[in-house]
Amino acid sequence: MAAQTASLASVPLSWYLLLSAVLFALGVAGFLFRRNLITVFMSIELMLNAVNLTFIAFSFKLGQVNGQVFAFFVMVVAAAEAAVGLAIILTVFRNRGTLQIDQVNLMKN
Amino acid sequence: MTGIFFLVFAALAVFCGVNVVVRRHPISSALWLIGAMGSLAVLYLQLGAEFIAAAQVIVYAGAVMVLFVIVIMLLNAEPEQPSKGSRMATFLGIPLLLGLLAALSYVVYRMIPESARVEFGAFTRGTARDVGEALFKTYLLPFEITSILVLIALIGAVVLTYKRSD
Repeated sequence: MAAQTASLASVPLSWYLLLSAVLFALGVAGFLFRRNLITVFMSIELMLNAVNLTFIAFSFKLGQVNGQVFAFFVMVVAAAEAAVGLAIILTVFRNRGTLQIDQVNLMKN
Repeated sequence: MTGIFFLVFAALAVFCGVNVVVRRHPISSALWLIGAMGSLAVLYLQLGAEFIAAAQVIVYAGAVMVLFVIVIMLLNAEPEQPSKGSRMATFLGIPLLLGLLAALSYVVYRMIPESARVEFGAFTRGTARDVGEALFKTYLLPFEITSILVLIALIGAVVLTYKRSD
């Protein structure tokens, strides 16, 4: 019991990185398998979040604040990307009348 | 205590992440994504990143996801229809995805020593003051460039959605 309590008082750093890897893989899965433009876009946000977790875990490991500054920049870029991306999705929907990726095929053939 | 908190919120984050991917309606995906971001904010706090955890809740779970939900409701998005390509991708893609995950885990286990451990309170330099000092001293130029980036994104979003009335 004492050993168990001691092992739960601190967590290996690799667990955080593995969680980040799992979330990133889930984001890749959503990006590749889903056929709805908005869901694909949300999968990208999930991937960015997973990368942020890695940055902050290494910031903890190295005892420096630089990783957190990078996570902050990722957040800013993600917010800008979301604004532009959703504007593009709105325009696509206005022109094509659908959100299905398969039906957005103007450049095909 | 750190371990219990980590396990609870890591499980919550993975559960929410799986639901983001498997739900067929975009609005359910968006709401589950908010849950994933909230549990990630708790994990950031555990790693001593107070400011980033607060920004995660305010900027990501707040502003960005509200934008997503507004667009989904504005477009009245319907549940997606499975297509031929997506069914084939399920058979071919899941083994490849597990391969990606295995490769990432292998790198983590090779590169990270077992002695590196996380304990709540061992790193306290993630306050708004510390992050602000780094932002306005070391990273002043990149920070100013992001302000231009956000301005460009703002103008770009307005120009893209602007409807000409001719």
